[in-house]
Amino acid sequence: MHELAVCQALIEQVERIAREQGARRVLSITVSVGALSGTEARLLEHAYPIAAAGTVGAQAALVVESVPVSVRCRECRAETEAAPNRLLCGACGDWHVDVVAGEELLLRRVEFETAGDAVH
Amino acid sequence: MCRDCGCSLGPSAARAPFATQPAAASHGHVESIEVITAILDANDQVAAHNRAHFDAQGVLAVNLMSSPGSGKTSLLEATIRALQGELAVAVIEGDLATENDAARIRACGVPAVQITTGNACHLDAQMVHEALHELPLAGLDVLFIENVGNLVCPASFDLGAHLDVTLLSVTEGDDKPAKYPVMFRAGDLTLISKVDLLPHIEEFSVERARESLRQVGFGGRILEVSKRGGDGLAAWIGWLRSEVASRRAAAA
Repeated sequence: MHELAVCQALIEQVERIAREQGARRVLSITVSVGALSGTEARLLEHAYPIAAAGTVGAQAALVVESVPVSVRCRECRAETEAAPNRLLCGACGDWHVDVVAGEELLLRRVEFETAGDAVH
Repeated sequence: MCRDCGCSLGPSAARAPFATQPAAASHGHVESIEVITAILDANDQVAAHNRAHFDAQGVLAVNLMSSPGSGKTSLLEATIRALQGELAVAVIEGDLATENDAARIRACGVPAVQITTGNACHLDAQMVHEALHELPLAGLDVLFIENVGNLVCPASFDLGAHLDVTLLSVTEGDDKPAKYPVMFRAGDLTLISKVDLLPHIEEFSVERARESLRQVGFGGRILEVSKRGGDGLAAWIGWLRSEVASRRAAAA
């Protein structure tokens, strides 16, 4: 269960962004989690409140965008989805493929509230 | 000096600029920012720093990963014996608790640093970095990092090693790669270990294990090894020799 360590790294980045942006609190955090990233979306969601407690992100919603595995075939050039443990071309079945999506573990977007001097 | 820890390495440890771009305009007090950064970016930075240390000293760093009990420490003992007087070896050992593995390595006459992770299920780059402060790299040829026995979590954390080696012992199932694809596809070399036990384990088929590795996209070499010696162990030692040689050539 390394998802807690992943969440702690995530919160450190979010805290830095919040400081840079003068955020009072963070409303939502969007992350992309690939099926081959080694990280489980559900476990990430469970670990998040523990890592975020007492931080500017404590109340934030964690939005996880799950990214399926896509492979591009070196033989027939088709780009198809694949199961993480069956990286074969969905078109011709060849195993000479390159993974083009599904390895990512990314912070994508942070939505926050500033104390603000915006005009109401 | 490295500003993070005071070690003697220069600016290669500098952090990459944080890529942010302002997104949608502010809605009153609510704003948002689009970022595309690796969540484990901080770990990756430290890993790059470790790798810079290894490169500066011309040391080949090899990360060994597998489930517990697949023979990592025994393989290291046999490897150290085989390379004695030829290559200077040191080992960083990762376990949840005990100094047992480091003690086994020291008994072979090479330096070993034990990292005990408490309940943490993997090594990360920072733990390795701290261990490096206890381990002089000067004069070393190969540093082995024996990761915590676990086929899941260690796959997500770059330690700064040059090569990842995964062990699959014949006392486990030959479908392990299909069950733990992230770990097995990421390696540079897979060692099917304890092959001396194959005559007693009819359930394990080396051919099925190879097929399972191919299906998860593993494209590296597969060697069949036993700590008791044989062709596979000799091939593993030969692979290490050639990797050390190519690292030296690159450094020269």
